[in-house]
Amino acid sequence: MKDHAQLAEAFNKDKERVTWHDETLWFVRTKRDKAAHKFAGWEQLRETASQIKNNVLSNLDSYLLQFEANAIKNGITVHWAKDAAQHNQIVLSLLQKHEINSMVKSKSMLTEECHLNEFLQHNGVEVIDTDLGERIVQFRNEPPSHIVLPAIHLKKEDVSDTFHEHLGTKKGNSDPQYLTEAARQHLRETFLTRKLALTGVNFAVAETGEFVVCTNEGNADMGAHLANLHIASMGLEKIIPRREDLGIFLNLLARSATGQPITTYSSHFKRPRNGQEMHIILVDNGRSIQLGRKDFRNSLKCIRCGACMNTCPVYRRSGGHSYHTAVAGPIGSILAPNLDMEKNKDLPFASTLCGSCTNVCPVKIDIHDQLYKWRQEIVKSGYSPKSKTIAMKAMSVSLSKPMVYDISGKALRFTLRYAPFVINNKLNPWYKQREMPAAPESSFKKWYEKNRSKKNNNE
Amino acid sequence: MSSKNDILAAIAANKPDPQPLPIGLYTPESGYNLTNRFIENVTLIGGAVHQISIISEIEQFISTHFPSAIRIITNNKSLKNVGTLLLNNDLDKQIPHELENVDLTILDAPFGVAENGAIWITDELLHHRVLPFITQHLILIIKESSIVASLQQAYSMINNQDYGYGVFISGPSKTADIEQSLVIGAHGSRSLDVFITGQASY
Amino acid sequence: MKVGLFIPCYIDQLYPKVAVATLELLERLGLDVYYPTRQTCCGQPLANSGYSHLTYDIDELFTHNFESCDYVVSPSGSCTLHIKEHLHNYKNIGSAQHIKKHIYELVEFLTDVIKVENLKATFPYRVGLHQSCHGQRGLRLASMTERVEVSFSKPKHLLSMVNGLKLIDLTREDECCGFGGTFCVTEEAVSVRMGQDRVADHLNHKAQYITAADMSCLMHMQGILKRQNSNVQVIHIAEILNATL
Repeated sequence: MKDHAQLAEAFNKDKERVTWHDETLWFVRTKRDKAAHKFAGWEQLRETASQIKNNVLSNLDSYLLQFEANAIKNGITVHWAKDAAQHNQIVLSLLQKHEINSMVKSKSMLTEECHLNEFLQHNGVEVIDTDLGERIVQFRNEPPSHIVLPAIHLKKEDVSDTFHEHLGTKKGNSDPQYLTEAARQHLRETFLTRKLALTGVNFAVAETGEFVVCTNEGNADMGAHLANLHIASMGLEKIIPRREDLGIFLNLLARSATGQPITTYSSHFKRPRNGQEMHIILVDNGRSIQLGRKDFRNSLKCIRCGACMNTCPVYRRSGGHSYHTAVAGPIGSILAPNLDMEKNKDLPFASTLCGSCTNVCPVKIDIHDQLYKWRQEIVKSGYSPKSKTIAMKAMSVSLSKPMVYDISGKALRFTLRYAPFVINNKLNPWYKQREMPAAPESSFKKWYEKNRSKKNNNE
Repeated sequence: MSSKNDILAAIAANKPDPQPLPIGLYTPESGYNLTNRFIENVTLIGGAVHQISIISEIEQFISTHFPSAIRIITNNKSLKNVGTLLLNNDLDKQIPHELENVDLTILDAPFGVAENGAIWITDELLHHRVLPFITQHLILIIKESSIVASLQQAYSMINNQDYGYGVFISGPSKTADIEQSLVIGAHGSRSLDVFITGQASY
Repeated sequence: MKVGLFIPCYIDQLYPKVAVATLELLERLGLDVYYPTRQTCCGQPLANSGYSHLTYDIDELFTHNFESCDYVVSPSGSCTLHIKEHLHNYKNIGSAQHIKKHIYELVEFLTDVIKVENLKATFPYRVGLHQSCHGQRGLRLASMTERVEVSFSKPKHLLSMVNGLKLIDLTREDECCGFGGTFCVTEEAVSVRMGQDRVADHLNHKAQYITAADMSCLMHMQGILKRQNSNVQVIHIAEILNATL
């Protein structure tokens, strides 16, 4: 399997597309900035949200039980799934029980994490993603490249080709308005004929047993309100204590995600409508383990706004698919190693630790510090290449012994001055697209000994 | 049952020490003109706002802007002349799919929120939850005096409300999934007009 | 007041003139500067690669070198931040704590400790300021665009005291240059692209010099500028503040 660096290198072959990808996501980041700066008390709002989420993590079991009891009272059936396989099986069982073989699904990163679509297709169920971006990537057999903007890696010409192939739109017409209208017509028909709708969950309220789903397109509602069966899949950490806490989180979510003051629809599902069945699946899938990792449990505070992706200078220039995991970008890089450290060992290194993610995060997750800490975990667990370990050990010796350091420094400068070809060749990744610095004759230490010897009061 | 017990046991073993809920860290902004802020936000998110003194102005608006609308639904009794169908319990007997050909829906809504232009509506008013989504166009009517400043105030008002389904609607349905180009009219209503009636109360 | 001068390894070996400028600047301000010649590196290259467990001897050497100082000053935000956050010395906890509390990056030492209000520096050029991330966001040398906060910039404050210097505006005022330590070679493609974009922002605004409080970012951008045969130079902020002509 290719790692982030290799996938990012491939992405960077098309320079113009990288420029476009970077600028498009930067535009979203600036919209977020504008919304945040316009909002009086933004930093206090972040702090409040962060503290509520800390409280949630410390009471997660009791809030889940409270939620379950209230949801049952409201007429919702509650399921518990330890892992992706159990979650997928629960969905399949409900489909089989009701003899349904085709369903609609609105955006749910959890189902991406669980690979639900593949599983259901394997079992003869047709899944139709109804979020426009997700429908586009589904037609193309690709995973979403961003948790809020699933098709952000594609240009309108790509979408035009895809829709021409699958929806019969006019070849070469890449007008977003025209293409969106085509999807609207196609999916309206689907909404009216599907008996089961699956949605994600943005927030679930312990004290009321209701859950909130946020969309701009209205696809979650179109699906859920027309289907006989509504299944909502939710990661354990989506719970919040009180209905009033929504006043904090709904103010943060859309502003952080796209710069909108709130999503177009913030739908509160408390009871099934007459004659409808409503199910909610509470999914662990590694979350309770992450909760036990003191350094990393804060990652569970995430509300999936995607702001860390839009701000990340690496994400913007490497694309979501280079992260080879359901949730890409900085947040994905601290979540994924918990699920599979060996497979995702490259991700915490796909960062310059610039810290922009941590400061843009609406719930104050210390993302870049966690990236640093995952690096230590990965090395300690033996997932670092041997050659790197050998080099690091040598460096450790050199840097802890001043004499060895002086000699190696001198050797480096000598080589740069008199035998640059040893360094300036294609085996040196620095030199590929950058010149090496010119080496001076003497180090500062030598200069100091020569020019400030009187003052040299060192031992 | 065992999955549930296993999950709860793992959480109990792994959760951090108790952390308190925050109190009074954040206070919403106040002291600004609520109507202006509300209008500013609805406009920002692609909706249009009209301040009117009498409800019949809506009838005029409909005949000018939606001359070809055939199926119109409303829950406002004074608008029954324009509405081909008045929302009532008779409608409950229909299945939601039969609303598929609704051109325009006009709904009285309980209140709006200035800081984000959102309007609250619950299923008692809708009769069919799908109505504001499946309709091609949507008009919402609120009293000017009902506009609250913040979501925090909004939730303190609905904190004890018992709804089966409630939704904050903020603008027409939209998407920017193709190259971040904003397109109004994704799967829900293609437009949102908000009518503000009456005077602000002080 | 005994001020210890910590010169990061790559500055010592590759950019000694930055260290000289730092030393001269501090001396001109009348400070008693002490430079332990047995110093090497802060250990960050190891720690950021996941090998912080191999830095104990380096940390010990560092503590030993600087424990007698009232302050430690370094012309690098990144190395200063690393010491502040990650210096561990299990044999000498007190000294390590003292150093972590009293180590300053040069700019913040000048603005916060010495409280410099004027400089006799002249640098009559158009200069672009690169906000190195570890200094800016880590040490809070300047406000950041992510946060809603009152705008401030310690490096800009100092640069405003330099005669003739024209500070240019940038389109993205605090985006990372992509150096990132070993990232610059392990993620070569993205690192270079980030550097090219950062350099382009400065060039588009007609910078003659790009400056920063971290030479590592500048080394990366210098490599890119040179490959493009650009006349634009990089210069450490200490060299500008020490530029008496």
